[in-house]
Amino acid sequence: MTKTKVKSADNFWERNRKSEGYLLKRTMLNWGISICRFILLFGMCFLILQPILNKISVSFMTESDLYNPIVINIPENFTTGNYQMAATLMKYGEALKNSMIISVTIALLQIAVCTLVGYGFARFEFPLKKFWFACVMMVILVPPQTISNSLHLHFRYFDVFGIFEAVKGQAINLRGSKIPYYLMSAGCMGLKNGLYIYMIRQFFRTIPKDLEEAAYVDGCGTLKTFVRIMLPEGKPILTSCFLFAFVWQWTDGFYSRLFLGNTQLVSTGLSRIVDSLGAFLMKELGVKTTVSVAYSNCILATGTLMIILPLIIIYLFAQRAFVESISSSGIKM
Amino acid sequence: MKKQKNKLAGLQKRKAISGYLFISPFIIGFLVFMVKPLAQSLYMSFCEVLLGPGQFEPVYKGLANYKQAFLVDPDFNSMLLTELGRMFVYSLAIMVFSFFVALILNQEFKGRALVRAIFFLPVILSSGVIIGLEENNSLMSQLADTIEMSTSGVSVTAVLEELLRTANVGIKVFEKVFEVIDNIYDVAIMSGIQIIIFLSGLQTISSSMYEAASIEGCTKWESLWKITFPMVSSLLLVNWVYTIIDFCMRTDNQVIKKISTEMVTKQQYGFASALSWVYFLVVILYVGITSLIISKGVYYYD
Repeated sequence: MTKTKVKSADNFWERNRKSEGYLLKRTMLNWGISICRFILLFGMCFLILQPILNKISVSFMTESDLYNPIVINIPENFTTGNYQMAATLMKYGEALKNSMIISVTIALLQIAVCTLVGYGFARFEFPLKKFWFACVMMVILVPPQTISNSLHLHFRYFDVFGIFEAVKGQAINLRGSKIPYYLMSAGCMGLKNGLYIYMIRQFFRTIPKDLEEAAYVDGCGTLKTFVRIMLPEGKPILTSCFLFAFVWQWTDGFYSRLFLGNTQLVSTGLSRIVDSLGAFLMKELGVKTTVSVAYSNCILATGTLMIILPLIIIYLFAQRAFVESISSSGIKM
Repeated sequence: MKKQKNKLAGLQKRKAISGYLFISPFIIGFLVFMVKPLAQSLYMSFCEVLLGPGQFEPVYKGLANYKQAFLVDPDFNSMLLTELGRMFVYSLAIMVFSFFVALILNQEFKGRALVRAIFFLPVILSSGVIIGLEENNSLMSQLADTIEMSTSGVSVTAVLEELLRTANVGIKVFEKVFEVIDNIYDVAIMSGIQIIIFLSGLQTISSSMYEAASIEGCTKWESLWKITFPMVSSLLLVNWVYTIIDFCMRTDNQVIKKISTEMVTKQQYGFASALSWVYFLVVILYVGITSLIISKGVYYYD
C-alpha cells in the first residue's frame, strides 16, 4: 500500500517535471477551487439549516434559559415541556390525524383530476385548445385572494341552478364544511393546481407518439391506452406531484382558513398558537396575563418544528422524487 | 378517396371529443369556481357592499372604490410601489443567486446530492403558514442580535458599505445591493425551485460543445458567457415568471396583507375587491412587460 503510494508520489513529481510545472499548478488550482467551493457551499447550507437548528435548540429550553444571556445554543436546563405545551395547544394528536386525512385525500383527488386534464392537453388535438390552456395559465396567475371573498359568498349561499332552493326552501350553507374544498379540488381549482396540470402536461408531451399508436393498432381504446400505457409511464411525475400537493396542502393556511375553519388542522393550529397560549394561561391562572414575547416565540418555534417534522421525514425518504421530477419533466416554454 | 377523408375527419372528431372529455373537469371547475367568482369580485369592486344579518347586497357606486384606493387611502400607493420595487430587486437577486448556485452544483464533487437536497429543503419547509410566522419571530432576531453583539459587532457588509459611502459612488444602487446581501437568507430560501430548473437546463448542454470551445482556445469564462448562458436563457424566462408569481402570492407580502385585513377584519368587501383587482392587473402587466423584454434576448437552440 505505502509502496504504491510512494511510487505514485514519485510519479507525480516526475510527471510534474516533465510537464515543466504545469501539473503542479493545475493540481493546486483544482485544490483551491475545491476549497473555495466547499467554504461557499458550507456557508450557504448553514444559512439554510441554521433557523431549523436554532429552533431545535430553543425548543428544549426552559423559560429561564431564554432570558439567560449566557445560554445561546445549548440549554442549561433541558426540558421537553415545550413540546407538551405546544401539543396541548394545537391539539396535536387530533390535528395530526385530521391534517393527514385531508392532505392525503385532497392530494389524491387533485392529482387524479390534474392527470386527466394534463393528459388531455398533452395528447389530444381539439378546437380552442390554446384558449383553454391560456385559462390554465390564468389560474396559475390569479392570486387566490382576488376571488376569496366571492368564493366565500358562493358557498355561503350554495345552490346548483336553484335546485336546493326549490327542494328545501333556501340555499344551503356550505361554509365550515369540507365539501366546498373537495368540490373545488375536483374542478382543478385547489392550491397550485394549475402548476400541477402544467407539469403533468409537459411530462406526457415527451412520450413518443408511436407508443400510443401501437396501442391503438393493437385494439386499445382511448381510455384503455391512458390507463394501461400512459399511467405506468407517468408514475414518477405523478408521485412527485402527489408529494408536492401533499406538502403544500399540509402547510397551507389560506384555503384551510377559508374552508376548513372548523376542522382542527396543524397549519391553522400553528397560526393560532400564540393566541391559544394566552387563552390557555388565562384559563389556568384565572387572571388575565400577558405572555412574554420570548416564551410565546419559543412555543411557536416548538410548534413549527412539530408540524414540519412529518414533512422532513417524508423528504428524507422521497428526496429524489421531489428533486428529480422537476428536472426530468423538462420545464420549457 | 372521399370515403377515407371522411373517416379521418371522424377519427379527428372522436379524438377531439375524448380530448374535451379529459379536460372537462377543468372546464367545469374553471367556469364555476373561477369565472363566476372573478366576475362577481370585479362587479363588487364597483360597489359598496352592505352587510346585514344573513344578507348581502352590493350597491353600485361606480369608480368610488378605485378613487379611494388611489386618492384617499394613505398606504396603498406607496405599498404597491414598494412591493413592486422589492419584487424587482429580489427577483433579480434570486435569478443571479440561483444561476450561480446551479453552476456550482453542476460540477462534480463529493456530497453533491446532499447539498442539492439542502437547497431544495426550503421549498418544502417555508411554504404556507410557516413564512408568515417566520416573519414576526422576534425571538430569533433577538438571538441574532445577541450573537452579533458577542462577536463584537463585526459586520463585513457594514464596513464595506461605510467604505463605499465615503467613496460616494452610486449610493442608491449599492444600498439596494447591500439590502439584498443582508437578506441573503430570504433569497436563498426563495430560490429552491429556480436552482433545480437551471440545473436541469445545465445538464442538457452536451459536453462536446465545451470541448470544441476549449480546443478552439476558449477560456472557461468565455465559454460561460458564450455557451452556458445562451443555452439556459430560455429557462431564465421560465424562472423569472415563476419567481414573480411566487413572490407576489406570498403571505408576507404587504399588499396581500392589506387586502386580507380590509376583507376579513374591516369587512369592506367592495374596497378589498378593488384593491385586489388593481394588484392583479399590475402584476399581470409587470409579468407581461418584463417577460416580453426577456424573451427578446432568449436564444433557442433548436
